[in-house]
Amino acid sequence: FYSFKIMLKAVILIGSPQKGTRFRPLSLEIPKPLFPIAGHPILYHLIESCAQLRELREILLIGCYQPNEALSRFIANAQQTFNISIRYLQEYASLGTGGGIYHFRDLIKSNVSDKDVFFVINGDICADLPLVEMLQFHRENVGDKGFTILGTEATEKQSTNYGCIAWDKESHEVKHYVEKPSTFVSTTINCGVYLFSKVIFQILSETYRNNQQIYNESLPIFHESSSTFTTYDTGFARENIRLEKDVLSKLGGTGQLYVFPMANRFWTAIKNPSSVIYANRHYLEIYRMYHPERLSKQSDSNGPTIIGDVFIHPTACVAPSAVLGPNVSIGQDVTIGYGVRVRESIILGSCVLQDHCCVLYSIIAWNSTIGPWSRVEGTPNDPDPNRQFSKIEKDSLFHDGKLHPSITVIGNNVSIPGEVVVLNAIVLPHKELGSSSKNQIIL
Amino acid sequence: MKALILVGGYGTRLRPLTLTKPKPLVEFCNKPMVLHQIEALAEVGVTHVILAVSYLSDMLQREMEVEAKRLGIKITISQETEPLGTAGPLALARDHLQVENEPFFVLNSDVICEFPFNDMIKFHKEHNCEGTIVFLLAGPLALARDHLQVENEPFFVLNSDVICEFPFNDMIKFHKEHNCEGTIVVTKVDEPSKYGVVVYEQNTGKIDRFVEKPREYVSNKINAGLYIFNPAILNRIELRPTSIEKEIFPAMASDKQLYAFELKGFWMDVGQPKDYLTGMGLYLNFARSSMPDRLSRDNGTVGNVLVDPTAKIGERCRIGPNVVIGPRVIIQDGVCLKNCTILADSLVKSHSWIANCIIGWRCNIGQWVRMENTSVLGLDVSVQDELFINGGIILPHKAISESVSEPKILI
Repeated sequence: FYSFKIMLKAVILIGSPQKGTRFRPLSLEIPKPLFPIAGHPILYHLIESCAQLRELREILLIGCYQPNEALSRFIANAQQTFNISIRYLQEYASLGTGGGIYHFRDLIKSNVSDKDVFFVINGDICADLPLVEMLQFHRENVGDKGFTILGTEATEKQSTNYGCIAWDKESHEVKHYVEKPSTFVSTTINCGVYLFSKVIFQILSETYRNNQQIYNESLPIFHESSSTFTTYDTGFARENIRLEKDVLSKLGGTGQLYVFPMANRFWTAIKNPSSVIYANRHYLEIYRMYHPERLSKQSDSNGPTIIGDVFIHPTACVAPSAVLGPNVSIGQDVTIGYGVRVRESIILGSCVLQDHCCVLYSIIAWNSTIGPWSRVEGTPNDPDPNRQFSKIEKDSLFHDGKLHPSITVIGNNVSIPGEVVVLNAIVLPHKELGSSSKNQIIL
Repeated sequence: MKALILVGGYGTRLRPLTLTKPKPLVEFCNKPMVLHQIEALAEVGVTHVILAVSYLSDMLQREMEVEAKRLGIKITISQETEPLGTAGPLALARDHLQVENEPFFVLNSDVICEFPFNDMIKFHKEHNCEGTIVFLLAGPLALARDHLQVENEPFFVLNSDVICEFPFNDMIKFHKEHNCEGTIVVTKVDEPSKYGVVVYEQNTGKIDRFVEKPREYVSNKINAGLYIFNPAILNRIELRPTSIEKEIFPAMASDKQLYAFELKGFWMDVGQPKDYLTGMGLYLNFARSSMPDRLSRDNGTVGNVLVDPTAKIGERCRIGPNVVIGPRVIIQDGVCLKNCTILADSLVKSHSWIANCIIGWRCNIGQWVRMENTSVLGLDVSVQDELFINGGIILPHKAISESVSEPKILI
């Protein structure tokens, strides 16, 4: 039984500019966590999930982004919307998934009783997160014994792309944890959502010391200048701790780690544009259930034809002859012309889709223009809906030297002329396309 | 006067259109190919047209009966029992051609051009020679021997896949001047290595030799598929499968009996889809100067556009340049068409974009469909909304529900 003085906190790991390279060119403009899906940033959806926890008082964002206007504005708006204190803690260097938590341990610990827990959530996931149920599970079944990790089911083939959890179906105790194994371990995978008590800091501390030792031993001996040491291995900070490899792997089989399996709810890691289109569809579906006011309804005469779930920002200007949906999100100040067709796509702020153009399975970034009668089309890489627990397949960009057919991504400030086709392509920002392009990356 | 049109075989290069109609009946610029030729012949007083075919189709027979009535001429269909090459059909048509003891033209039936039959006849009369015109599609010249040699007058042979501004008058004049067995019309092409080129004396036109697909440049003039021959040529042709180009012409050239006549104006062999579309552009350009009233001046048309009066075109479309729209076709609002032919009774729904394609009869193209890269749709093909067809050759009665993003044939 817990008292009401509890101060529940959540830590969201928003990563660093070095992360999310597979998400380029979309991550060139803004931090990946701020990328809008279904009209709201990825981070907004996570905060909205956290806001379901009535006791939650504070969210700490840990990352390595330079403070920027977009992030500050987002935080200010979110604090107001959700009435939760949100603070951004900037790492001096990219410290890994565990390093940041350890580095900012004092800020996380403050105002948290020894008995209490805090959430740690990876900032690059999109999901219908069952945080309330997970907390309840932890309090009823785990308590002082240790920590809880959120798990979801994948197919055998897909599971090895994720952290795999072998667990006791009775006690929910994690018997074995291994990150991205090369052979099959378990179909239960790590969702990147954890409930930790303060005990985690002792474990992180031990890991930290251990890593320091390994790090020092691996250094070449220099006698002249100590400054050489700090720049010795770029990209590897001394305080780097990988939560999954360094910590969770060790916790398996110790009786300290328990899994809360997510039932058949939507979960995806946002790694590539395919997962963005997939997440867009599922967030729109969640809107239909919990926030129907966010979705566009078919109006009788003046509005465009709406098929399925469609989000249209109120400032967007859409011609009545346009046909949108299913699973389309239209951003701020977007202009959509006569007879435009958009399906399974995200159109970001200030884009112009000129008359008769057709956009399918694509992401059009800010301020881009698609000319009349042009066709922008990608190839969906959705999980097989007929296979239970399917996730987005890991996809490398190239296959046998050819660009793998995938979602078409048009970077920001790109201008696509009329009457061309852009098929399975990635167009980097600030390009003026001259002609059609198929299965290409356009630098 | 008489004409022999050698229609020939199955027209495989123009499939899938020729799976539904024999090639002479496939519409080129809203008129069956062979009618471009027959009408021009009728206009200059030809009263009897013989079509030499290597396979007989009821459809061709029926259509020709109708056309014969309409034009007030006689049309006979002469069938080869076995393929006789490019010279044999002439021999086969002998009985028809020799009755009136007149010279005749031989034309290859794939050729579309301005058909200057009047000029030809005028010229012909000036030289006091009656003429018969023969369209040579594919078949044997030798079969028509009896028709052709009686009067001992020169005759034309035309290659049926070609369109150009047929300069028949000048050809006859030229032919009479050199007074040898044969005249071949030659035309200049940009890429001669794809064709058999003709090497001849520039000032006289006397043909020296033929070089098939030369690797190194020897000449940029190729055989345009229009000929005039004296009946003496018939003695060179036996009633067996014979290639006039490979066997007869080289022999005539070595006997110094063959002359080249340079063609001015447009020329195109329209026997395959890509060239059909190029030929369409050339023909429409020619139509702009010769029959400008037939071209559309409606709102939203760009360049040369030929629209059948029974076709309907919606608003906010952009049609052209180089578009032919057949009878009863419906083009819905906001469609963009460029360099394509839409055959009779087809429907193109809103916001679709079609360039460089031939859409067959009774096709149904959905909304926001993009078609390009010499896609050819046969009869009664339907393409679902929002698909992309890139170089798809689609056989009749197919329903397409998935994009064809790379060129391929859908059986």
